[in-house]
Amino acid sequence: MPPSNDMSNQAPPYSSYGYPSMQPAYRQGPASHTDSSPSQDLYSQSNYQQYSQPFPNLSQLSAALGGLSGVPELEVESLRPVNLLQERTLLPPRPLEAPEPNLTPDLKKVNCSPHVTSVTGSMMVRAQSLTTVDLLISLFNTAFCSLSVLFILTVSIAFRLQIITTLLFLSYLVPDEFMYNPVSRSYGEPHRRPEVQNSTVEFIASSDYMLRPPQPAAYLFVLDVSHNAVEAGYLKYFCESLLENLDRLPGDTRTRVGFLTFDSTIHFYNLQEGLSQPQMLVVSDIDDVFIPSHDSLMVNLKESKELVQDLLNSLPAMFSQTRETHSALGPALQAAFKLMSPTGGRVTVFQTQLPTLGAGLLQSREDPNQRSSTKHLGPATDFYKKLALDCSGQQIGVDLFLLSSQYADLSSLACISKYSAGSIFYYPSFHYIHNPAQLEKFQKDLERYLSRKIGFEAVMRIRCTKGLSIHTFHGNFFVRSTDLLSLANVNPDSAFAVQMSIEDSLADSSLACFQAALLYTSSKGKRRIRVHTLCLPVVNQLSDVYAGADVQAITCLLANMAIDRSISSSLSDARDALINAVVDFVNSYKSNVSSLQQSGLVCPSAMRLFPLYIHALLKQKALRTGTSTRLDERVFAMCEFKTQPLQQLMRMVHPDLYRLDNMSDQGALHLNDTVVPQPHLLHLSAERLSRDGAFLMDCGNVFYLWIGKCCSDMFIRDVLGIPNYASIPPNMFILYCPKKACLLFVFLFFCRDDGSAKATFFQQLVEDRSESSSSYYEFLQHIEQQMSK
Amino acid sequence: MEAAVFILSLVDCCALIFLSVYFIITLSDLECDYINARACCSKLNKWVIPEMIGQCLSTMLMLVSMHWFIFLLNLPVAAWNIYRYAKVPMGNMGVFDPTEIHNRGQLKSHMKEAMIKLGYHLLCFFIYLYSMILALIND
Repeated sequence: MPPSNDMSNQAPPYSSYGYPSMQPAYRQGPASHTDSSPSQDLYSQSNYQQYSQPFPNLSQLSAALGGLSGVPELEVESLRPVNLLQERTLLPPRPLEAPEPNLTPDLKKVNCSPHVTSVTGSMMVRAQSLTTVDLLISLFNTAFCSLSVLFILTVSIAFRLQIITTLLFLSYLVPDEFMYNPVSRSYGEPHRRPEVQNSTVEFIASSDYMLRPPQPAAYLFVLDVSHNAVEAGYLKYFCESLLENLDRLPGDTRTRVGFLTFDSTIHFYNLQEGLSQPQMLVVSDIDDVFIPSHDSLMVNLKESKELVQDLLNSLPAMFSQTRETHSALGPALQAAFKLMSPTGGRVTVFQTQLPTLGAGLLQSREDPNQRSSTKHLGPATDFYKKLALDCSGQQIGVDLFLLSSQYADLSSLACISKYSAGSIFYYPSFHYIHNPAQLEKFQKDLERYLSRKIGFEAVMRIRCTKGLSIHTFHGNFFVRSTDLLSLANVNPDSAFAVQMSIEDSLADSSLACFQAALLYTSSKGKRRIRVHTLCLPVVNQLSDVYAGADVQAITCLLANMAIDRSISSSLSDARDALINAVVDFVNSYKSNVSSLQQSGLVCPSAMRLFPLYIHALLKQKALRTGTSTRLDERVFAMCEFKTQPLQQLMRMVHPDLYRLDNMSDQGALHLNDTVVPQPHLLHLSAERLSRDGAFLMDCGNVFYLWIGKCCSDMFIRDVLGIPNYASIPPNMFILYCPKKACLLFVFLFFCRDDGSAKATFFQQLVEDRSESSSSYYEFLQHIEQQMSK
Repeated sequence: MEAAVFILSLVDCCALIFLSVYFIITLSDLECDYINARACCSKLNKWVIPEMIGQCLSTMLMLVSMHWFIFLLNLPVAAWNIYRYAKVPMGNMGVFDPTEIHNRGQLKSHMKEAMIKLGYHLLCFFIYLYSMILALIND
């Protein structure tokens, strides 16, 4: 049968689902430099003058650049050299999107969307030996994020995951069962089956995939009730929130809950159905913790609901007069572990101070006079790590809410969540009266946390094409073996990253494929496997790799590596390594790809934002020096880098800045009869701000709206409902809920020109110099100096 | 007297060879997925201190019996063992940490280290054997 690209009717042979013919082309998503404001044109004009042609003829340009393979249809926009020292406008008009790999339309449809998986480059080079530079290849994955459409399948063959990978490699051997397509209920056309047509598919796992019957959802809440905790006042708000959300806890009729409170002793609560009120059992021997009575400390939620509600209502009052100042967190965690071992599940720990009693007690390591010191970034003891590994082995995930106002050694405490696949939430200076912003954030985070989807007893396996191997992992999980990650709990808000290297040449494939498979138990007790697949074309030339690079993924990967380096050696080493990364990149571009002898800093258009992002990264709380940063905040910022999804991270590093008061309808989106204007992105520099404007800065989980002194009163009235500039209260904020359910609630702070949020706003303007760090231009000059060494 | 020293060193060296082989086998079990990281690391961490003691014993013996060349041969490895043990950060569960062993190619570097030590101990074994025979003959 002659091969044809028409994929309809009778069982066409596999050869018709052909490989894309080798086109080493690449496309960068958004068009760049379509700014129409005159001042920016001036700069880009001068840059073009340099090359003395506005690129009307692609083959002319390709000849000028030299060294590119002679494919006439080359989209050279991504490779256009950009002289960073001269071009002032680098940002695209709309937020950057990941570059799309150039595959056939069918394969492109099947590829994972960037918000699920993104890769540092949309091309894979064929062999490490072809490159004289070190290639960083890495994959970011939010394995469990909410998807609008998800196909769920039952396949009874074993090794079905191997089949998917093989299908991508065009195997001719197709089992009979694959000839039936359950979605369209027709036979034939195995390439139309959902798992081949969609990048993310969920399978129902058979009993081969279960070591034990699927566990029920089990939630244990471990609450600090020392004097400090009562001062901070979180308990009342936690109880209120849990009472409201008790029905929204993911689970079914088998859901279990339990409560543990601790100060210098540990208190258990007997919630057996039939008791008239909850019974408190106190264990004061914290050196050898034992569980008083096994059965009714974790109870079925449905059966004991009234008792649970009684307990939550009375808990805040029970401890309001406490004088206990010690906190025995270690023994409480040991007790929690013992309690949850039979089933597994989720433990939520609320802590408000340094643990001072019992196993796992910590000393204060931060010297308040040395706030800019960068030592003590690693844990002080291995107690929490060991406990986390024990918990991970019993499928218990521990989430930590740290609500302390003083140093609480987060670097040691964080271990309990890091290796048991938990999440960490930190509220510095939490106080229910003095810090209403933190209180609101806590309440909203708690609401999201209690009701979000969860998966239990999960493992994740990441496979890639032969020739690639994974050598480093970033994220909260335990690596059980070379490609198997053990995740006690999975939730939609955390992301993982892996770094790969090319071991052997990818000589005989024109596609490199990656597959992440997550085996988990849903909260309703169903065992599922969710599979994400991504494939990339393999190219032979280094220039093609440059053209397909995803600068945001690269920045976040380098951030992860810098954090690892700062913990294992020192922060200044990590910062130097980041600067060297930029220098190496520019050097290698100059020597390998660009044949133009240019002075100045030239890099390909696809990567023009790379030095800017690295410069912004060096000013982040996690990696900055010179400015006083509390140790806990620094450690928390590092933990965020390891677990937040890519888009969140990028907005944290380089926020999006828009001007609001002069938006036009040019280029606006038309959605459902409303016109949504699309303002352009601005560079993060005070020179772009103006007194008579209002500017919105999107930092991911916080928005800032800065209003200049001379901003028009009409704008202030219409948008804020306040008569004029002078009546804006100095510390105003509102809580804004974006439509997308994935995100946490965001804060919108209004900054007057002289308010306190102003300082934070201005700190985010990364291109400007501050007392302790250089401006972007100075950074570029420093890079140029390093290059010529 | 000489012979006694060398016999003791020989026995010590044998023990160190067996230990290196044990390390290599356990690490390759981990690579091939026969055991998990926690089991592997706890097994290996148990034998880190005995290995250090064995190596230092051998070095001290050579120092005391004034065989300078062999002493200098043993010294780097002893120093390396002590350095490796002392450099472990406070939050790690020993020289072999199950949470870090799969990261940054640590598994490969540990394997390489164990192989080098095996080769080195074999070399030392033959040196001691030869010296012992020499000492026995001269007695």
